[in-house]
Amino acid sequence: MSIVTRQRQGRPPGSLTERRPVGDRTFQVLTLAAGLLVLVILVLIAVSTSQQASSWFSAEGTSIFSDSWNPSAGQFGALAFIYGTAITAVIAIVLAVPVSVGVALLLTEVVPYRWARPIVYVIDLLAVVPSVVWGLWGILVFAPWIQHIYSSIGSGVDGVPVLGSLFGPPTSGASFFTAGIILAFMVTPIVTSLSREVTATVPAIDKEGAYALGATRLEMIRGVVLPHSQGGIVGAVLLGLGRAMGETIAAALVIGSSATITSHLFAPGYNMPAVIANEFGEATGVFRSALMGLGVLLFVFTIVINVIARAVVQRSARRGRGA
Amino acid sequence: MAPAPTQQQKVDLREPPSWRRTKNRIATTLMVLSFTLVTIPLGFVLFTVIAKGASVINWSFLTSSIPPNVLPASFGGIGPAVLGTLEITALATVLAVPLGVLGAVYLNEYGGSRPLARLIGFMSDVMTGVPSIVMGLFIFSIWVLHFGFSGLAGAFALGCLMLPIVIRSTDEMLKLVPDSLREGSYALGATKARVTLTVVLPAALGGIVSGALLAVARAAGETAPLLFTILTVTTANPNVFSGANTSLPSQIFVNASSPYVGAQGRGWGAALTLIAIAFILMIAARLVTARFARFVR
Repeated sequence: MSIVTRQRQGRPPGSLTERRPVGDRTFQVLTLAAGLLVLVILVLIAVSTSQQASSWFSAEGTSIFSDSWNPSAGQFGALAFIYGTAITAVIAIVLAVPVSVGVALLLTEVVPYRWARPIVYVIDLLAVVPSVVWGLWGILVFAPWIQHIYSSIGSGVDGVPVLGSLFGPPTSGASFFTAGIILAFMVTPIVTSLSREVTATVPAIDKEGAYALGATRLEMIRGVVLPHSQGGIVGAVLLGLGRAMGETIAAALVIGSSATITSHLFAPGYNMPAVIANEFGEATGVFRSALMGLGVLLFVFTIVINVIARAVVQRSARRGRGA
Repeated sequence: MAPAPTQQQKVDLREPPSWRRTKNRIATTLMVLSFTLVTIPLGFVLFTVIAKGASVINWSFLTSSIPPNVLPASFGGIGPAVLGTLEITALATVLAVPLGVLGAVYLNEYGGSRPLARLIGFMSDVMTGVPSIVMGLFIFSIWVLHFGFSGLAGAFALGCLMLPIVIRSTDEMLKLVPDSLREGSYALGATKARVTLTVVLPAALGGIVSGALLAVARAAGETAPLLFTILTVTTANPNVFSGANTSLPSQIFVNASSPYVGAQGRGWGAALTLIAIAFILMIAARLVTARFARFVR
């Protein structure tokens, strides 16, 4: 009798007639708690940082989006940092995406498997270099070197209508553009590996069909691979954009630390993560609250971008499976 | 659409016309070029870090205390920062990896396709995109304001960064465990917890460990979450649970902003140390994966 009961108790969950042992149920609750922790942390981030930022929101009202940032005069408008974040992230994405998609296509469509592995190692190595090392190299080696290029481009286009206001003087080694380039190095591995994931799922039969019709590799890529993986690549680009917006330390070192709104890409600027990293330590009162508020804005922006990106990726993955 | 090839030309059925082949060749060249473009900055960074760091690094550099910035690079070292990075990263790993694995077990073994499990899976993907500086601000507001700066606060911030990465990599590995293993154990009368702990997790162990190592490598290089949680001091603090601490990344950040050549030199040495730690973790992850793959076969 007792043997039978013990065997019954050992049934897998889902059996309606038996109570499951306490240990089994405890384990399930533990795993659920660990899963819920993700949601709890996300909510806590939003609540606790907004609370700390509340005195900025209430002191400035709608002028949190004004363009005047002068902590000593008590002016805390965030526009210059939002502008800088957008500019540097866009520069990074414009530079990184063609290269990343190129490498992804090289990996999945061109090179044989035994060559693909070392290429993937190199991309992984790029991802392993820490942000602060990019920053150290950026400010001590890269910025002084590229300064000469900026100043010769700047004097070349000075006075030319559009180019002059984008690339003309004032130029500086530590600038929006330098930060954009360094961020591009840092988002390339992410965009590459995400793009490769989608281009690798293109059905071989579609590709072979295109080749059978006499298409060259380029025509096959344009006719089969790209339409198939469009959604996934868009998602990868958005995720790269979110990453570029949030990268802190490298940008903090090479962006030039000047809260200005200018169309000159070679001029020193500032962005949201960089100003938090550089100023938070010494800030007090409304100043600290304003920096915390910049963190809240950054959190909201990146969450929105990530939600959209993940939704796009998931939808295209589902469609890819259905097709 | 490009213009059609000249009429009356003898058409070679095996080879596309030359302009199409040329375009194809240009495209292939561009792809190879984009890979070259990726290797140039990587090679440049690694070369600089090794060239400038190797001349500074020796055993006493790794262990002696951090001197004032004005002293030349031959003085002092980064001992407190090495100690801080090791203890804070280890603590973060102890906090985040078990929780991440449990969370992934929920997603894969219990949650299935329930709305809650799908929400948690989606949100942990989203959480990987939360900027590291925001994690620092978060721990500052809920912990540091009440309990002060400590290595523990830094470990909390790093743990928050690692958690979604561990959940995602473990989840991928659990998906690969064949259902026949689970069903076989159920048939023997094991409970679900027992099946998970003694059959499913061991089967996926290699992948879980290698994913965790990559998460540790990522966390060890993070600076932004530590700035306002450990406060970057120059003295060694072996007590990770209380008092301000320091770490390699924060020390590099301080030295990179310093105008003194000596401090910059120590920064390069610290950068080489940090990259070496990250590489060792990455190689360890690869070795674990390779070993695990052999066992499966």
